[in-house]
Amino acid sequence: MEKRAKFGIGIAIILVSLAWLGWLGARESKTYYHTIAELPTLTGPALGQRMRIGGSVAPGSIKRLPGRIDFLLQGEGKTLAVSYVGSDPLPDTFVDNSQALVEGHRTPDGRFVAERVQAKCASKYETAPNGAPASSSRGSGT
Amino acid sequence: MDLFGSFALLLSFVCAGYAFAGGIAAIVTRHPLLIKSARQAGVAACGLIFLATASLVYLFFSDNYSIAYVVSHSNRDLSTFYKIAALWSGQEGSLLFWSFLLSIYIVSVLIAYRGKHLELMPYVSVVMAGVQIFFLTLNNFVANPFRALGIPGANGALDVVARADGNGLNPLLQYPEMVIHPPNLYSGYTGFTIPFAFALAALLARYPGEKWIHLTRKWTMIAWCFQTAGILLGAHWAYAVLGWGGYWGWDPVENASLMPWLTGTAFLHSVMMQEKRGMMKVWNVWLVFSTFLLCILGTFLTRSGVVSSVHAFAQSTIGPWFVGFICLTLAVCLAAYWKNRDYLHSENQLDSIVSRESSFLFNNLILLVACVAVLSGTLFPVLSEWVEGSKISVGAPFFNKVNIPIGLMLLFLTGVGPLLAWRKTSLESLRRNFGWPLGVGLLAGAVAWPLGCKDIFSLICVILCVFVTVTIGMEFYRGARVIRARTGYPFVGAVRELTMRNTRRYGGYIVHFGIVLIFIGISGAAFNRDAQKDMPIGSTLHLGRYTLLLQTMDSKPEKNYTAERMVVEVLRNDKPMMMLYPERRFFPSNQESGTMVAIYSTLREDLYVVYAGRSPDSSLPVIHAYLNPLVKWIWLGGLVVVFGTLVALLPNRQPAMVLAAERQKSAGHALAGAVASHATYSESHD
Repeated sequence: MEKRAKFGIGIAIILVSLAWLGWLGARESKTYYHTIAELPTLTGPALGQRMRIGGSVAPGSIKRLPGRIDFLLQGEGKTLAVSYVGSDPLPDTFVDNSQALVEGHRTPDGRFVAERVQAKCASKYETAPNGAPASSSRGSGT
Repeated sequence: MDLFGSFALLLSFVCAGYAFAGGIAAIVTRHPLLIKSARQAGVAACGLIFLATASLVYLFFSDNYSIAYVVSHSNRDLSTFYKIAALWSGQEGSLLFWSFLLSIYIVSVLIAYRGKHLELMPYVSVVMAGVQIFFLTLNNFVANPFRALGIPGANGALDVVARADGNGLNPLLQYPEMVIHPPNLYSGYTGFTIPFAFALAALLARYPGEKWIHLTRKWTMIAWCFQTAGILLGAHWAYAVLGWGGYWGWDPVENASLMPWLTGTAFLHSVMMQEKRGMMKVWNVWLVFSTFLLCILGTFLTRSGVVSSVHAFAQSTIGPWFVGFICLTLAVCLAAYWKNRDYLHSENQLDSIVSRESSFLFNNLILLVACVAVLSGTLFPVLSEWVEGSKISVGAPFFNKVNIPIGLMLLFLTGVGPLLAWRKTSLESLRRNFGWPLGVGLLAGAVAWPLGCKDIFSLICVILCVFVTVTIGMEFYRGARVIRARTGYPFVGAVRELTMRNTRRYGGYIVHFGIVLIFIGISGAAFNRDAQKDMPIGSTLHLGRYTLLLQTMDSKPEKNYTAERMVVEVLRNDKPMMMLYPERRFFPSNQESGTMVAIYSTLREDLYVVYAGRSPDSSLPVIHAYLNPLVKWIWLGGLVVVFGTLVALLPNRQPAMVLAAERQKSAGHALAGAVASHATYSESHD
């Protein structure tokens, strides 16, 4: 029984200390997901949280300014003004109409200051049929 | 050819269905013809999947742009090499590729154990067929790679069309590692199906003894080896292509591949407890069940985008199928366990806290905690949505805070575990085995601290790495010395002989040494530096002892893309050393561009230079340079791990020479010697 107690204590120490570290890490890096439409409904402490917001980049809205890049993010009929201030260059997939995820904080004047931007190209062949159909029948190789 | 492929897939589904249902009937009735036919249906299902995969490859090579999948992932100018990679670059193709690799494993098992283990194999075949049916369902009815390209016609019906050229492969995937990384990782994911099938089958059949563990050891190690190589190749790809200077970002897809690796590693260790001491039977069965479920979960996370997307399940229709399959598998495992749990009764108890058993126990505990931490961090958005109603994610600080101490504890156990005796270890043997390694490790720490290793975790890592290396070195040295005394081999020959006589044990040490090298590489990350600058031609950027001089810019058209290159001269300590050519590639077929990082890699550090595009203010080219110490050790460690695993897969060589030499001396002595040498080399057989 004594051996079991020793093992129990050893295991408990490991688990508790790792859980504590996990809690610290989670508190430090917690990010809330919101949609653009949800933003105006947020109140109190929720406004100051670190957030991640998704939408599509409004065509023609990308403005490269010294020290930051401004653009408009659209989704569910709403628009959000975003300033990207991160040090990494924006991904190559970040272009007009691309799907983007921005991570950062809201400022009191309603802008969104992003430290990270991820982007994904809009799906290609369904939305942009610029390569005209070559023939209306099945191609070779069937 | 697409019709042929579709039919092959459909027929394969039917065959797998028969292998499953007929197999169950065979188990119930024990009719020899049913057993035989179910087995043959299993082989046929695999053969048909090979045909379907071959026909999709053919469609890529024949540039058939009437197939939606080919259109979205290839174009005429794409090189042959990448047309193969295009097979698994999208959802439909990679799911077919999953089925393909699974079939290779299944057909190997069915052929290797033909006519053997008659009590067990029908159950194994049924479980494998069950897994195959799930993937064939997806291949046939949910994500069919042979779907023709259609556009909505005038009356609302889809018109089948063919395009002149395809959209091309995602530029990020046009990199050599992308041709070998996914097959490795997928071979890992699919490979764990085999130990899973054997474990579940042994439980269902109440198959006596530890035989299923012996049978699956090699399969598990093969899967584990592929998984390890796949993870590291993925990390190397991220490092060399994504251009952010790192190799691991705790991205959901990376985490997905790490989780089954963690439980698989735990399983490889804990089975030894069952083999040697008849303990941890329940634990082992559940470890292998979890590993398989995590492989399925990994495939699901990779393919569905459930975590990275803002809305769950928005991106893919396959999500619910995977969730359903995971739940069903879990239910089957639970039911099988509940029904036959008395079969898994443990034969021994833990004797002492300082013993091989307890080191395995802690190793397993820590690996599992790491897995739970990674899993909860990865699924945090999903879990928090259930609990709190809002979707919350956690980032790298969470994963690093938990996993760095876990990694160091594991490293410590890597050194300690193999040298502890089973049951109980005496204080004297502790002193004999660990005195030197600990002393040398602390000495290394004392040297590293003044040299600039001021990060506490890196310092502990240095001490432990040296400690583990010395323990491994001592093991080889002691064993080789004994063999040299007996055979007169030179030392290197004795080391080889030692390794070949107990490949599992010494192969395992080689793997451990590879892990040490990987840890050395990771510890370098605490000292990463970087600098970014707008660069007029002729200007310089300083980073550490390097100076980068932008000589000129040029542009070269290639078959599938146009590259814009920076021509950068590198000076070390102000002496010209070499040229680097970081570039950006523009792919006209899909209007996308990609980065090619230029890396000058040495054992001491990597100089990692990215052409980050043109500055929006000055339209000057921007260089982003990183100085990442020790990264190369990670890739070297990976090679050593794979090598060690291959060694451990070899059969043991019998020490015939020793016995012959002994016999010449005296018959009685030879017998004792044989027993002694047998005892030395197989009692510690792990």
